[in-house]
Amino acid sequence: MSALGIVGGVVQPVLIVAGSPLLVGVMRQVRARLEGRAGPGVGQPWRDLRKLFGKERISPRGTSEVFRVAPLVLVATTLVVAVVTPFVTTDSAVDPVADLFAVVALLALGAVTLALAGLDTGTAFGGMGSSREMTILALVEPTLLVSIFALSVRVGSTNLGAIVSATLHDPVRVISPVSLLAAVALIIVIVAETGRLPVDNPSTHLELTMVHEAMVLEYAGPDLALVELASAMRMSVFLGLLANLFLPWGIASTATPIALLVGVLALIIKVGLLGVLLAAGEVFLAKLRLFRVPELLAGSFLLSLLAVAASFFLA
Amino acid sequence: MSLVAVGLGGALAAGVLTALAAVVVPRRVRSAVAGTGTVVTGGAGVMAGVGAMTGSSLSVALPGLLPLSGVSLTLDALGGLFVAVTGGVAVAAGVYGISYTRSHGLDARGVQVVFPLFVVAMLLVPAAASVGTFLVCWELMALFSLLLVVAEHRHRPEVAQAGRWYAVMTHLGFVAVLIGLLVFVAHAADDSFPALREAGRHLSPGAAGLVFVVTLAGFASKAGILPLHAWLPRAHPEAPSHVSALMSAAMVNPGVYGLVRVGFDLLGGGTLWWWLLVLALGAVSAVYGILQAAMSTDLKRLLGQSTTENMGLVLVGVGAAGVFATSGNRVLAGVALAAALLHVINHAAFKTLLFLAAGSVLHGTGARDLDALGGLRAGMPQTTAAFGLGALAASALPPGTAFVSEWLLLQALIHGLPAPGATGGTAAAIAMPLAVAAVALTAGLAVATFVKAFGVGFLAKPRSAAAGNAHESPPAMLVGMGLAGVACVVLALLPTLVLPAVGTVSGVALGVGDPAVSGAVTVRLAGVAGALSPLMLTLALLAAVVLVVGAVRVVAARRARRAARLWDCGGGPMSARMEYTATSFAEPLQRVFDDVVRPEQDVDVTHHEESRYLVQAVEYRRKVPDRVERRLYEPVLAAVAAWGRAGRRLATGSVHRYLGYGFYTLCAVLILVAVTR
Amino acid sequence: MLGLLRKIRRTGRVAEPAPPSPVVDRSAVAAELGGSVQIRHVDAGSCNGCEVEIGSAFGPVYDAERYGARLVASPRHADALVVTGPVTRNMAEPLRRTYEAVPGPKLVVAVGDCARNCGVFAGAYGVAGAVRDVVPVDVEIAGCPPRPEAIVEGLRKLTGR
Repeated sequence: MSALGIVGGVVQPVLIVAGSPLLVGVMRQVRARLEGRAGPGVGQPWRDLRKLFGKERISPRGTSEVFRVAPLVLVATTLVVAVVTPFVTTDSAVDPVADLFAVVALLALGAVTLALAGLDTGTAFGGMGSSREMTILALVEPTLLVSIFALSVRVGSTNLGAIVSATLHDPVRVISPVSLLAAVALIIVIVAETGRLPVDNPSTHLELTMVHEAMVLEYAGPDLALVELASAMRMSVFLGLLANLFLPWGIASTATPIALLVGVLALIIKVGLLGVLLAAGEVFLAKLRLFRVPELLAGSFLLSLLAVAASFFLA
Repeated sequence: MSLVAVGLGGALAAGVLTALAAVVVPRRVRSAVAGTGTVVTGGAGVMAGVGAMTGSSLSVALPGLLPLSGVSLTLDALGGLFVAVTGGVAVAAGVYGISYTRSHGLDARGVQVVFPLFVVAMLLVPAAASVGTFLVCWELMALFSLLLVVAEHRHRPEVAQAGRWYAVMTHLGFVAVLIGLLVFVAHAADDSFPALREAGRHLSPGAAGLVFVVTLAGFASKAGILPLHAWLPRAHPEAPSHVSALMSAAMVNPGVYGLVRVGFDLLGGGTLWWWLLVLALGAVSAVYGILQAAMSTDLKRLLGQSTTENMGLVLVGVGAAGVFATSGNRVLAGVALAAALLHVINHAAFKTLLFLAAGSVLHGTGARDLDALGGLRAGMPQTTAAFGLGALAASALPPGTAFVSEWLLLQALIHGLPAPGATGGTAAAIAMPLAVAAVALTAGLAVATFVKAFGVGFLAKPRSAAAGNAHESPPAMLVGMGLAGVACVVLALLPTLVLPAVGTVSGVALGVGDPAVSGAVTVRLAGVAGALSPLMLTLALLAAVVLVVGAVRVVAARRARRAARLWDCGGGPMSARMEYTATSFAEPLQRVFDDVVRPEQDVDVTHHEESRYLVQAVEYRRKVPDRVERRLYEPVLAAVAAWGRAGRRLATGSVHRYLGYGFYTLCAVLILVAVTR
Repeated sequence: MLGLLRKIRRTGRVAEPAPPSPVVDRSAVAAELGGSVQIRHVDAGSCNGCEVEIGSAFGPVYDAERYGARLVASPRHADALVVTGPVTRNMAEPLRRTYEAVPGPKLVVAVGDCARNCGVFAGAYGVAGAVRDVVPVDVEIAGCPPRPEAIVEGLRKLTGR
C-alpha cells in the first residue's frame, strides 16, 4: 500500500459521493436546456437527497431483511469500487481488490441485491423489474468482462491500475482497433447498466416500460435516498472507468498535491464531459422496445469479442 | 503407518462395517447408524486425501482379491484431492441423511446399506492403480448410485424413467472407458498404471488419440458434459436429496479425474487438438448447461443443469492447461489446472450445500417446482440462509467461492497469449478469446439463474399452500447444511488455505516442479502478474457497509420505521397469483436465446358452443425442451425402436423357426471358421 | 438527427420567464422539504381537464420542474399528492390508501374546483365528497380547470422557490 494509493482511497470515494448527484444534476440540466426548459438547477439531486434523508422510513408488510439491507449493500459495493479503482491516482488503496473481475463482480453484486429486494416485495412490478434487470445484467456482465479483458491482454495483467498505467506510458494504444472496438462495446453496456436511453428511460412514470425504477417502487425516505445515491454513484463510476481506461491523462501517478489536484480536476472534467455527451445524446433517442434491447447488447458483446480476438492477433 | 494408510483403510473398514451394521440393526436406529458410519467413512477419506496431497503416498497390491487382475491401489497427490473432496461431501451428506432418510421413508435396508458402499466405491476410484481395479471401482460406483437413484421408484413413476436413462447412459460411458483403456493396455506390459505410463511414451499418435477420444467420451458422460449430459438433469434430481448431493458434487468429479489421469499422467500430455476438443466441449457445456438452468423451473433439475455448467468450466480449465502444456508453457498450464481443480473443490462445496438445501425445501413443503414455492424465508430461515449462501457461491459473485476459481481460470486464459512462433499459436489465439467469452457469458447467466432460484423460491410471497405451511428441517439436516456452508465460507474467504496444495497437485500432474499459486491472504500466481485477495475484498465490503450504516445514522432523520401495506396502486390486496413466477422471470432471457433453446408453445382456444366469437377457455402451454436431446437422442432412440420392431418379425412364436435360426447360425459360424482358418 | 439539432438551435428556450415568487411564508412542512417536492398525481374521478393543465404545467413552457417539483411513479417516492376531480365512491378507499403509502412529512394539493367542492358533480350519486372529506388537504388550487400558472403557483408554495 503506497501513500499515493491511500490518498487515492480517501479522495476518490469522497469525490464520487459528493460529485455524482451533481453529475446527475448536470445531465438533467443539459437535457432540460436542449428541450427548451429552464431546468431545476444542478443542485437539485442533492436537495432531493437531503429531503429524502429527512423523511420517514417505511417497511412494506411481507418484506424481509433482504429488502432493508439491499440499499446498504448497493451503496457499499459502489463505495468499494470507488475506493479501489484508479480514478484519481494510479495506485489503489487495496491493490489486491483492484482487479477488473473483482470490480465488475462487485458492481454486479450491487445490482443483484437490488433485484432480490425487488423480488422480495412480492409485487408484480418488483418481479418484473428484477427479471428485466437480470436479463440485461446477464448480457452486460459478459460484455464488460470481455471488453476490459481485451485491454488487459496486451498489458498482461487484469489489475486496473496496471492497465491505466500502461496506457499512460504508451498513448498509441488508444487508437488501436482493440481500444476502439472495446470502447464502443463499453459505451453501449454502460448505457444499459446505468439505465439510460435507449435501454431504460430514467424519467418514465409508466410502470410497464420500467426496468430499474420498477424494482425500487417500494422504497421510501432514507432507503430511497441510498438507492438514488447509489445509482448516481454507479453512473459516475462507470463513466470514470470508461474515461480512465481510454483517456487516462491527468491521473496522478505521484503523491504531490499538484498532481493530486490535477488528477481530481481531470476526473471531474472527463466524467462531466462524458455525462454531458450522454445526456445530449439521449435527446436524440427514443427508448427501444424491451425485446430489442438484447439485440443491441448482443451486438456489443460481439464487438467486445472482436476486440479480444484483435488483441490476440494484433499483439 | 502413514496418514494415508490409516485414512484409506479406515474408510474402507468403516464403509463396509456400516453396510453390515445397517443390515442387522433394527429400523429405529438404522438411519442413525448408517449416517454416522458414512460420516466416519467420509472423515477417514478426507484424512487419506489430505495426507496424500501433503506428500505421503500409499501403494497396496492385493493380487488375490480379484481373479485375473488382482487389486492394486495407489493414492498420490492428484487422487488424494479427489478422495478428500468425496470424503468431505460424504460427511455433510451422511449427517444430513440421518434425518432425511427417516422422514422420507428411506430407512429400509436397501438404501441404508448401499449408501456407505457408494461412498467407499467413490473413494476408491481415484485410488485405483491398475485398469482392472479402476474399472471395477468405476462400475461399483455406477451400480450403487443407480440403486440409490431408483430408491423412490414406487412413489413416483418418473424416478423409474430417470433410472432407465441413467442405467443406459452410465453403462455406455463405462463401455467407452473400458474400450479405451483396453486398447491402451494392449500396448503395455500389464494393466498397472506405471506400465501404462511407460507405454504412453511410445504410443503412436493415432493410437494415443484413439485412446484419448474414446476414454474422453466415457469420462465426459460421467461429468455430464455435452452431448452426453442427458441423463444428468434426470437422474440427479430424482435421487433422494442427500444422494443427489453426493452424485452432483462428488460423482461427477471422477470424470475430471479420469481425464486428467489418462490425458496428462498416463498418455503424457498428448497433442494440441485433444485439448482444444476438451476446451470446446467444456465451453459449450458451460454455456448450454447454464442456459438450460436459467430456463428451468424445477429447483433440483436447475441444480443438476448447473452441474453440467460447472463441469464445463472445469473442462475449460483442463483443456486450457493441456493447450498451454503442449505449447510448452508449463507454468501457465499449472495455473489453468489449479483453477480447474479449485473449481472442482468449490463446486463440490456449494453444490452439496445447494442440493441439501433443496432437499430441505422438499422436506418442508413437498414441492420442488419454483412456480409453486416462494416465501420460504418465513418458515425456513436456516434453509433460506443456506440456499442464499450457496446461490451466492454458485453465481461467481464476491464474496462467494466460485468467484475465486473463475477469477483464477480467467487469469490463466488471459495470459494465454501465445509467444510468436510457438506451436499451435493460431489455434490458441482463436480458442482463448472464445473461451474467455464463454466463461464470461456463463458467469452472467449464472447470476440470473441463481437470482431466480433464490428470489423466486425463497423470497416474496408463498405461491401455494404447501409453501405457505413450510416448516424448518430437523437438526441433523441443518447440521449437514451447516457443514457444507462452513466449507463454502472458508473456501470463499481463505482459498489460500487449499490453493498451495492444489497448485502442488496440478504441478505434479503436469510434471512441473513449482507450485502455481502462493500467498497467505492474497492469491498470487507464479510466472504471471495477478493477485487477488478475497478476504480483503470481503473486509472492504464489510467496512463499507458499516460506514454506510453509520453515515445513514448520522444523516437520516430519527423517525421510527413504519410498517405499511404493500403499494398495490390503492386497489385490493395483491394475491400470490399476481407475483412474478420462475417462468415469467426467465421469459425475457428465453426470448433472447430463442434460437438456441427453441421453446415449444401452443395455445388452445375453446370457443363457446353457440358462437365461435365467444371464447370459453384459453389454454397456453410452454415447454423448454433440451434441444440437444431432441436433435441427437430422439432420432437414435427412434432408430433403435424401429430396429426392434423390425426384429420382432423374426419372432413369430414358432418353435420350429427358432430351431431353424439356431441351425443356420451354427452353420454360418462353422463356415466362417472353416474359411478363416 | 441534424434536423433535430437545427430545430433545437432555432427554438432555443421556450420556458417563460419565472414570475415573482408567490411564497410569503413557507409552511413548516414545506421548509422541511427544502426546495424539493416529489409529486404523485391521483385522479380521483376527474373529467381529465385538470390533467391536461397539470400536463402543461410540467411542460416546457411553464416548466414546474425548475422550482423543484417533479412527478414520480410511486407514492412511496412522493412528498405530495396532487388530487384532481371529485372523489368518487370507488376512488375514496384507493385515495386513502395512497395517502397512507406516502412517507411523512406529506402534503396534499387539491387541484380544480371539483377537488375543492365537487364542482358540477356536487350531489351526484357516484360522488363520495370533496378531497378534504377523505384526506387532509394543505393547498387548494381553484379553477375549472385551473390555469397552468395557478398550478405552478400552488406548487411553488410547497417548494418555496
